[in-house]
Amino acid sequence: MSDTEQNPKVPVQAAAPAVEAVGKREPLLEVDHVTLRFGGVVALNDVDFTLYKGEILGLIGPNGAGKTTCFNAMTGIYQPTEGQIRFLGQKISGKKRHQITRMGMARTFQNIRLFPEMTALENVQVGADAHHKTSVISALLRLPRHWKEEREGREKAERLLEFVGIRNRMHEFARNLSYGEQRRLEIARALATDPKLLCLDEPAAGFNPAEKEELLQLIRQIRDQGVTVLLIEHDMRLVMGVTDRIVVLEFGKKIAEGLPAEVRDNPKVVAAYLGVPDDAA
Amino acid sequence: MTTTIDPPERRETAADKLRQGRHAISERWHHAPRWVRWVLLVAVIAFFYALPNKEFYQYLGPIPTPGANFTQVMFTVSIYVLLAVGLNIVVGFAGLLDLGYFGFFAVGAYTVAVLTSPSSDIKTLWPWLLVVPIAIGLTMVSGVMLGTPTLRLRGDYLALVTLGFAEMIRIAAVSSEFLKGQRGFNQIPHPPGQYADGRPWFGVLDARPYYWLVLTLIILVVIGVRNLTHSRVGRAWISIREDEDAAQLMGVPTFKFKLWAFASGAAIAGLAGALFAGKQNFVNSQNFELLNSIIILAAVIFGGSGNIVGAIVGGGLVAYMIERFRGIELFGIELYEYRFLFFGLVLVVMMIFRPQGLIPNRRRAAEFKDRRKEVIVGE
Repeated sequence: MSDTEQNPKVPVQAAAPAVEAVGKREPLLEVDHVTLRFGGVVALNDVDFTLYKGEILGLIGPNGAGKTTCFNAMTGIYQPTEGQIRFLGQKISGKKRHQITRMGMARTFQNIRLFPEMTALENVQVGADAHHKTSVISALLRLPRHWKEEREGREKAERLLEFVGIRNRMHEFARNLSYGEQRRLEIARALATDPKLLCLDEPAAGFNPAEKEELLQLIRQIRDQGVTVLLIEHDMRLVMGVTDRIVVLEFGKKIAEGLPAEVRDNPKVVAAYLGVPDDAA
Repeated sequence: MTTTIDPPERRETAADKLRQGRHAISERWHHAPRWVRWVLLVAVIAFFYALPNKEFYQYLGPIPTPGANFTQVMFTVSIYVLLAVGLNIVVGFAGLLDLGYFGFFAVGAYTVAVLTSPSSDIKTLWPWLLVVPIAIGLTMVSGVMLGTPTLRLRGDYLALVTLGFAEMIRIAAVSSEFLKGQRGFNQIPHPPGQYADGRPWFGVLDARPYYWLVLTLIILVVIGVRNLTHSRVGRAWISIREDEDAAQLMGVPTFKFKLWAFASGAAIAGLAGALFAGKQNFVNSQNFELLNSIIILAAVIFGGSGNIVGAIVGGGLVAYMIERFRGIELFGIELYEYRFLFFGLVLVVMMIFRPQGLIPNRRRAAEFKDRRKEVIVGE
């Protein structure tokens, strides 16, 4: 966790254009011609894109376009019917979910899924435990490893709560936090697993403009600490403001990919978002 | 009182008073200096060590049981407390509904019986103390064997499978020639140790040494369970209870920790079974009715699942309540015959007025409070 050890309070410069990062073109996650069918329904149809180290990639599309499905396939919840997903060059299908997390992929949830009856601190500690090795025996007998990891986990959790700005609420049950605090807590919990890739599923849902601005800052800070970010978002302005590249899905197919400006001017994307009245909302 | 106040609101005020009282006690407890807490804790433990002495309990008014040897009753109560502490790991912390917990108790008791009793076919006649670790080990193995295929199931399915497990053990005990059915195993040795004059510590007539032994083991087990729950292991258990999918995605190897919860719970039941066999001297198939599993589960929920103190109080009160009816006659009816009727009534009343249990964990208490609010707001 050397990345987040720097003082989170240090003001971070506005994100530099990611050309440099993208220039290296070191792939982190490869979605390789993935098709996913549920019975007769084709949820993802030959989706193909690559996520490079150090970038913020936006995954956008109208409601029901398959963004979250794509997400779930990436984190190992669904197995692709065809094609494969590689993370750091390794196939992730067939791996257990917690193994994928330990490889360095963490996520938040569209509909917040914290552990409601644990405190904020404990929630983040669960994330930090992903890399801990305290066994039942060493916990039972209070062996040195338990104390060491307990202390490390606690420090890391407090640091991350500070980073997302809710440290003063750390002894509160997650269920008692406000909506915005819960969203931040989810990010802290995901960061505690030391991810190389952080997948945020609509983190700004239900936020007002000021909160969205804060979230933008936070996402940039996370990236500047060396974490690659995949962002699923509805709000076009937010996506345009923070991402380096954008992939657009519609009806389970990729219809566009490129820099924010390119994507914004792409007629297919405009049609997907504005052309069909049903989806515009 | 006007008629416009609807029932839920009136109940709210009554419940409020109770809650405030409990809250005040817990506040005091948490704000008391450390030494005060230690002194109180030691006093409570000393009380329970003194309890089975006639010189002490004869002054306790209605507490001693009229129809049964109070010391014997206290031994039974202590075994139930131990079982409740163990089941609380499985149900209260990891959130796995286990309806067949008593099956593990049976495995522990039978292991001791088979390996020590002269009426056993294998006639190893090992001493009790040597067999206790074997009994605990075997119960853990049976927990893992039951858990490996079943812990992939969730909720209702797991409950059914564990229910089946307890019945399997019982039926095996009833009908297998090896396990002797109703005839059972006799002359199971007692725990070792003797006084200077040659009398054994653990005799036939006096149940006190057994009670003290179980009480001491309860203290050790509680320390162990507390160590587990205040660690990575406990966090993993609670996160599984709270949201198993999210726990997996946050890197918790859920299957492994569910298996550990099962195995730890089973080990405690195995210990309780071994103690029971060592005390009773005799084990047969009638000791392991399904009802016992249900009683322990009820005790955990009654006391407050997910809270170690709650489980202790629940296990103790439930076992005591059932025995307390012995020897009481009302209008010529032996109340003991109807003990489960009263037990059921108490549970129903309890679930209406205090569904979170007598001493819930702080978390559960908050949850039920919120739910009540939701109901009142009309959702």
